[in-house]
Amino acid sequence: MNKSGGQPPVAEGRRGFIRKFLAGLIGAVLALIPAGAGLTVLLDPLRRKTSASGAVPVTTLDGLPADGLPHKFAVLATRTDAWNKFTQVPIGAVYLRRLADGKLQAFNVVCPHAGCFVDFVAETGSFLCPCHNSTFTVEGKIADRSSPSPRALDSLEVEVRNDNEVWVKFRNFQAGSAAKIPVA
Amino acid sequence: MKGLLDWLDHRVGFRDLAKEALYENIPGGARWRYVWGSTLTFCLAAQFITGISLWMAYSPSSQTAWESVYFIQDEMTGGWLLRGLHHYTAHVMTVLLVLHLMQVMIDGAYKAPREVNFWFGLALLGLVLGMSLTGYLLPWDQKGYWATKVATNITAIVPLIGPALQKIIIGGSEYGHHTLTRFFALHAGVLPAVTTGLVVAHVALFRRHGITAKEPKRKRDAPFWPDQVFQDAVACLAVMATVLFFVLHHSLLGTPGPLGVELGAPADPSEQFSAARPDWYFLFLFQLLKYFPGETEIWGAIVIPSLVFGVIALMPFLGKWKLGHRFNLGFLGCLLAGAGLLTFAALREDQHNPTYLTAVKRAEVVAARVRELAKAPAGIPAEGAVALLRNDPLTQGPKIFSAQCAGCHRFGGEDGTGKVPNNVQSASDLKGFASREWLAGLLDPARIDSTNYFGATKFKTGKMARFVHEKVAAYPPEKQAKLQQVIAALSAEAQLTSQLAADQRDATDITAGRGWLRDEFACTDCHQFRAKDEDATAPELTGYGSRKWLINFITNPAHADFYGERNERMPQYGEKQILTGQQINLVADWLRGVWYEPAK
Repeated sequence: MNKSGGQPPVAEGRRGFIRKFLAGLIGAVLALIPAGAGLTVLLDPLRRKTSASGAVPVTTLDGLPADGLPHKFAVLATRTDAWNKFTQVPIGAVYLRRLADGKLQAFNVVCPHAGCFVDFVAETGSFLCPCHNSTFTVEGKIADRSSPSPRALDSLEVEVRNDNEVWVKFRNFQAGSAAKIPVA
Repeated sequence: MKGLLDWLDHRVGFRDLAKEALYENIPGGARWRYVWGSTLTFCLAAQFITGISLWMAYSPSSQTAWESVYFIQDEMTGGWLLRGLHHYTAHVMTVLLVLHLMQVMIDGAYKAPREVNFWFGLALLGLVLGMSLTGYLLPWDQKGYWATKVATNITAIVPLIGPALQKIIIGGSEYGHHTLTRFFALHAGVLPAVTTGLVVAHVALFRRHGITAKEPKRKRDAPFWPDQVFQDAVACLAVMATVLFFVLHHSLLGTPGPLGVELGAPADPSEQFSAARPDWYFLFLFQLLKYFPGETEIWGAIVIPSLVFGVIALMPFLGKWKLGHRFNLGFLGCLLAGAGLLTFAALREDQHNPTYLTAVKRAEVVAARVRELAKAPAGIPAEGAVALLRNDPLTQGPKIFSAQCAGCHRFGGEDGTGKVPNNVQSASDLKGFASREWLAGLLDPARIDSTNYFGATKFKTGKMARFVHEKVAAYPPEKQAKLQQVIAALSAEAQLTSQLAADQRDATDITAGRGWLRDEFACTDCHQFRAKDEDATAPELTGYGSRKWLINFITNPAHADFYGERNERMPQYGEKQILTGQQINLVADWLRGVWYEPAK
């Protein structure tokens, strides 16, 4: 123990200051190396893009009645999940409508409010989200002003190829915003 | 700002806490010999940071562990650095533990009243080694898998509870998903939690008793801050520099190898791995086991290590005797020297062990190959990367060939894996089978009798050999030129990847050759070619050497399309189920040189 009994004297003056400064600096560098490596890996997803590709065949005109009602179809495509690559697996679902005049309409089944799958309720002839009761008309528009969804159902590009095949350009969009922004 | 800090200090008292932490008295002032505890605390903190970061990308199951580590290592930004830091900090920690223990022993810091803290230290030593052991398995590569199997098999020899204990540790009778979930829970949950608690207790007890000052004191007493903190920081910096050196050593020294840590091929329970070794700090135990024959293994694996650990634990009491301290130092010295000698013996033995050296080389090749396949456009299938190797002709072909075909055949004079078999060659050499060069040899009177073609078979005196010796040998130069076209035509049937360019270039020669093959050379007198011929007695030439032809041939060489009843001794590999369909496909693809190659 210190002979005087109290706290021993702290190194002062320029030498003491340099030591304090260097100890702090080295400490900061040492903390930065593992934390920096960890943070880089943690932020790796920001560098990656969605594996969603172009249009994919979803069904045929034969499989889609021209009754103007929405019919739900799974979308199969190649999906890269970190190290795995899956071919022809469900990556989402769409509602397809075929109108009497032959026009086609496609919606992503995901509610733009918070991302639940919306149901089509035959009795009311409209879409209802089971999570927060967002409602949409059969055309996909917001049904009433109290609907929590900030925008209409997300429409998707759809076209008929080779006379019969129905191709949809499937995309997911960011939930919760009034603007329709594709998920990168 | 000051107001806010005052407010906080009133409520949590951090100023007192900082004061207590920083102004502890160091009798005799700061010294370099006191840094070891701090370097270990620093390492532990670094392991927590890097470990939790790795955790965010690691997936413990037998189909995803290797795959996720591969993804961290090769695909994620900075992943190699993160994994390298975690891996080599663990290694450096082992060294620091020994240095810390030595300093404590030499300075007598283990003696009364510090016995309990000494035991805490020993427990921490065990815990850190436990984290090393459990961490070694997590990448689920061949090395970790087979080396850890040795360790868990040792638990089974513990009397009475051994087998049950082993089953609990590995989560079943065999290694699998639950081995990984358990090892991971131990590695990242249980052991770090206990370690943290013990470190807190260790530091608290250390503070309670104060530092064991080295006599004589050279300077005045000084507080921990800033002198000792500065020296500790410099020591930690040296530790980090060492770790970074190892992480980058291949690029710094210009030796071949990856940045960070190597990753072997994915674990495969059906694939022997003769290069399985524990990490270097367990090599002395590994070596020790070699000296205990038969049922005496328990002495080397459990009894002796336990006794040694027991003696170390009793050192605070042994140290009370007159010569106790010297005995303790001597014992520890002998122990470290012994471990060093055993490690040296283990390394030396391996350096002179051709089986081990071949296995290490082979392991590197396979590890590089699986990463090549994992990066291929097809990616890693859901059943895991091990399937990539199992379905790879380049990996499996040579193994099947050496096991099944090299008893008679050769591949470039070897057995396919680079070894020269010690049996006598009694069938053709299949390297370049059905290529123009190979067929030119078959149709060369000087070469057909060599063992590389018909030399060692009954066909040496057969019709084909007679045809080559009598007819081909007498061909005038212009017919020799036509023979080259026949060879090109027949070889084109194989559709070999290596000859694609040549086949396209020589399309007219090939068309001509097909015609000669039927009429002028009369191959179709015995062989069938592009038309049904009930009288054909020799092997089918339609699609000769193509994938389908070769698979059918290996499946059943005694089929009427091939040698029929004249088949000499080649087994009907498919027909008699000696090889599976998949194995035949693999060896056929390998013989034809068809496997995935990354784009240059």
